Amino acid sequence: MANNLGLAVKPVTETPEAEVRRVAAWINTEEYKEKNFARTALTINPAHACQPLGAELAAHGFEGTLPFVHGSQGCASYYRSTLNRHFREPAPAVSDAMTEDGAVFGGQSNLHEGLENAYALYKPKMIAVFTSCMPEIIGDDLTAFIRNAKQKELIPKEFPVPYANTPSFNGSHVHGYDAMLVSILQTLTEGKQVEGRCTGKLNLIAGFDANTGNYREYKRILEAFGIPFTLLGDISDVFDSPNDGVYRPYPGGTRLDDAADSINGKATVALGTYSTSKTFAWIRDNFAGKHAALPMPFGIAKTDALLMQISELFGKPVPESLKAERGRAVDLMTDAHQYMHGKKFALYGDPDYLLGYVSFLLEMGARPHHILCSKGSKKLEKELNALLAASPYGQGGTVYINKDLWHLRSLVMTDPVDAVIGDTHGKFLARDAKIPLFRFGFPVFDRVNLHRVPLIGYQGVLNIVSTICNQFIDIVDETCEERHFEMMR
Amino acid sequence: MSKEITKVEGITKESTQQMIDKVLESYPEKGRKKRAPHLAPNDQASGCACVKSNKKTVPGVMSARGCAYAGAKGVVWGPIRDMVHVSHGPVGCGWYSWGTRRNLMSGINGVTNFAMQFTSDFQEKDVVYGGDKKLSVLLREAKELFPLAKGISVLSECPVGLIGDDINAVAKASAAELDLPIIPCNCEGFRGVSQSLGHHISNDTIRDYIIETREFPEPVGPYDIALIGEYNIGGDAWSTKPLLEECGFNVKSVWTGDGEMEKIAATHQVKLNVIHCYRSMNYMCKVMEEKYGIPWIELNFFGPSKIRESLRKLAELFDDSIKEKVEAVIAKYDAQMQAVIDEYRPRLEGKKVMLYVGGLRPRHTINAYEDLGMICVGSGYEFAHSDDYDRTAPEMPDATVVYDDASELELEQFAHVLKPDLVASGIKEKYLFQKMAIPFRQMHSWDYSGPYHGYLGFPIFARDIDMAINSPTWNLVQAPF
Repeated sequence: MANNLGLAVKPVTETPEAEVRRVAAWINTEEYKEKNFARTALTINPAHACQPLGAELAAHGFEGTLPFVHGSQGCASYYRSTLNRHFREPAPAVSDAMTEDGAVFGGQSNLHEGLENAYALYKPKMIAVFTSCMPEIIGDDLTAFIRNAKQKELIPKEFPVPYANTPSFNGSHVHGYDAMLVSILQTLTEGKQVEGRCTGKLNLIAGFDANTGNYREYKRILEAFGIPFTLLGDISDVFDSPNDGVYRPYPGGTRLDDAADSINGKATVALGTYSTSKTFAWIRDNFAGKHAALPMPFGIAKTDALLMQISELFGKPVPESLKAERGRAVDLMTDAHQYMHGKKFALYGDPDYLLGYVSFLLEMGARPHHILCSKGSKKLEKELNALLAASPYGQGGTVYINKDLWHLRSLVMTDPVDAVIGDTHGKFLARDAKIPLFRFGFPVFDRVNLHRVPLIGYQGVLNIVSTICNQFIDIVDETCEERHFEMMR
Repeated sequence: MSKEITKVEGITKESTQQMIDKVLESYPEKGRKKRAPHLAPNDQASGCACVKSNKKTVPGVMSARGCAYAGAKGVVWGPIRDMVHVSHGPVGCGWYSWGTRRNLMSGINGVTNFAMQFTSDFQEKDVVYGGDKKLSVLLREAKELFPLAKGISVLSECPVGLIGDDINAVAKASAAELDLPIIPCNCEGFRGVSQSLGHHISNDTIRDYIIETREFPEPVGPYDIALIGEYNIGGDAWSTKPLLEECGFNVKSVWTGDGEMEKIAATHQVKLNVIHCYRSMNYMCKVMEEKYGIPWIELNFFGPSKIRESLRKLAELFDDSIKEKVEAVIAKYDAQMQAVIDEYRPRLEGKKVMLYVGGLRPRHTINAYEDLGMICVGSGYEFAHSDDYDRTAPEMPDATVVYDDASELELEQFAHVLKPDLVASGIKEKYLFQKMAIPFRQMHSWDYSGPYHGYLGFPIFARDIDMAINSPTWNLVQAPF
């Protein structure tokens, strides 16, 4: 039985040290980079997850909502543990644990049993169902299955069960987020549109954003404006809940009534045009009021754009407190610009985050040099290139779409930069290149509390500038010759 | 080595059964029927399983289980450092399992170790037209970019099996073409009921494709052993392997923590297999016993009592020179271990711990807590079989609760009743219990600490348990207002 591959039996050998050294040097070369970029089938260290993870994040953002994975049990465990590790918070979610027989007979009985148990055990106000690979491949019909579950009275007829198809073999977590969010809104708002009713509220959608600080920041900005609002998919309390000795499975989220009434809102703003595109398109066609889709507000210009949009939609001037905040942000940028000016950066992550990072770096006079999205589109490439083209600091920057972090490693080794911006997964390439990694993305597994520090808005400018500039100053202190070790920097 | 019957004050078979019945009340009838056989009070004297195990997870119940792929990639194949492990299928499974099990590796990343994520990143067209062609191109690319890789494993994810791709044929053709071991592992996540089947499937592929394909150049010695079921979590193997070497053994290969493909392939030449994680690798010990006549022994490297007992058990199988060395090693470390116990035991005496983990830990660690004066009041496994529970019964105090594939709700309810001073479980349970102001340690990953195995590990384990239970932060949970 041994040696089923027909290969010759060989002695155990050690790879010679010289050969190890040769290859270790070779993987940093231009020659290697070319081979690396010639890959067509192998993906190494991608910077994106699969759709259902995003769907789960969207579901967590609603009051009393239990995310429910229709598919294999293992998938649910993977999504949950990823969210646990990033937020260092519980992420209750269930699966209907499909196995081989599910693959043969379809997943209806699993789904039905699962809904009945989950409803009884975890007492949710809503169960948000989304798929992993298996039911997508065998073609399970969620619409029919859920209708049948209600007919069989396994769950009450009026109980909201939004569902989304989130196949892992296309798109990424940002698409799954979008798919689940639109389904939740469709489900909750059904029949809730009232002719002539206007809540007077702004509906704000943050997009796929795993930074609880950002959500709190949006709320603070809207409170400063004095505008009534509904933040849709609000994970701020869900993934940043207090420890008072009581475990609450659903410690926050957008109230379901508010979400239902969002269809009668005065206006809706969706942030992150890539992770909210389906949702926004549906809202535009179905919601009352005015609508706008804007990029995530990283840096001054994009925050200005958001504030002006809100101001216009509600006929209210930008409040003095935010004007002062803007002034302080600009002040700290001018104070600190020397530490970032001309510094080259490699960036990777989700489309909406990348657009934000690039815009902000250009405002600081820094150079976004290698910009990489491992699941992007031509549209994103064009948009990023347009951003670069519009600034002298964007010259020389290159956009790489559908490349991975092993490509990025080749880029930073052959064409060095001063720092990397991305998620935890980039720590290996940053270490090899001996440069800092600024963890402004998702997931962050290896630092504490970063998801609690807002990156958007003027407050975000303060946090990003402080983090980056102080790290650069630390590097000077840690690496300079003794005679250049000075009191002031 | 049977222990005396141990009791915990306030816990009787009746009180435990009452607690179980109360939890079961929350379930709908069908769910209750399915869950009931998985919860029971321990019967320490019987020495056999009191619960049913290795059954399908009940749909809609918040289980902590993983899947066959997770067992294959995360546990068995993933830790082999000098091979490229391809997660064949959509991007997610590989991404989620990337670097999250803490099986540390020597070597240079991308040169001689490959603790990276390799995937075929299946797209819709691969599902429609099949991914075999892509796989053969991918294997060529991997060989070209990573010339020092000693082999490639292909770990299939759900869609691969569902669409009927023949990765075995691709692996065979590519292995010949590239003159490289390429191992197909049909470990799709939908197979079986938990990660346990993934261990078994992986073991079968090691049997079929790896073992006996290499030979050690030096002659076989009387003390040549292999360390099986040691995954180097937080550097565990870097504690256990030197310990065995100090006792006079030549540890020829480690399965699979910081593992090397060729040494694993030559394991058929050792004299004895020493197994730590029985659940994940007992199949392979049995195969090697039948096929090559290699005996095997189960050991436990958690805490000084079990280490001492284990080393003596091991020495019994060898000659006087080993016995002398083992006694010398025990004597040398006993003093150090006593110092650790003297330091921590006063702060931990009588504290109660609830365990819920996978593999071997729900039973293997019980005595390590007891070394520190603690009491185990509940234990259970995510993916055990009844032979694991047989081995658990004598280790756990009588009448304490045993839970198989526990749901989050069950664990939470048990904790309300048992009021443990520590819960030792996984990442999915960690923050729930911490919100309940119950100290917690992650026992899959040592909570980013470690090693916990061997004499090097025990001081770290003791420090961490003390740190968790006696952290002043717990005193802040109740606000004074």
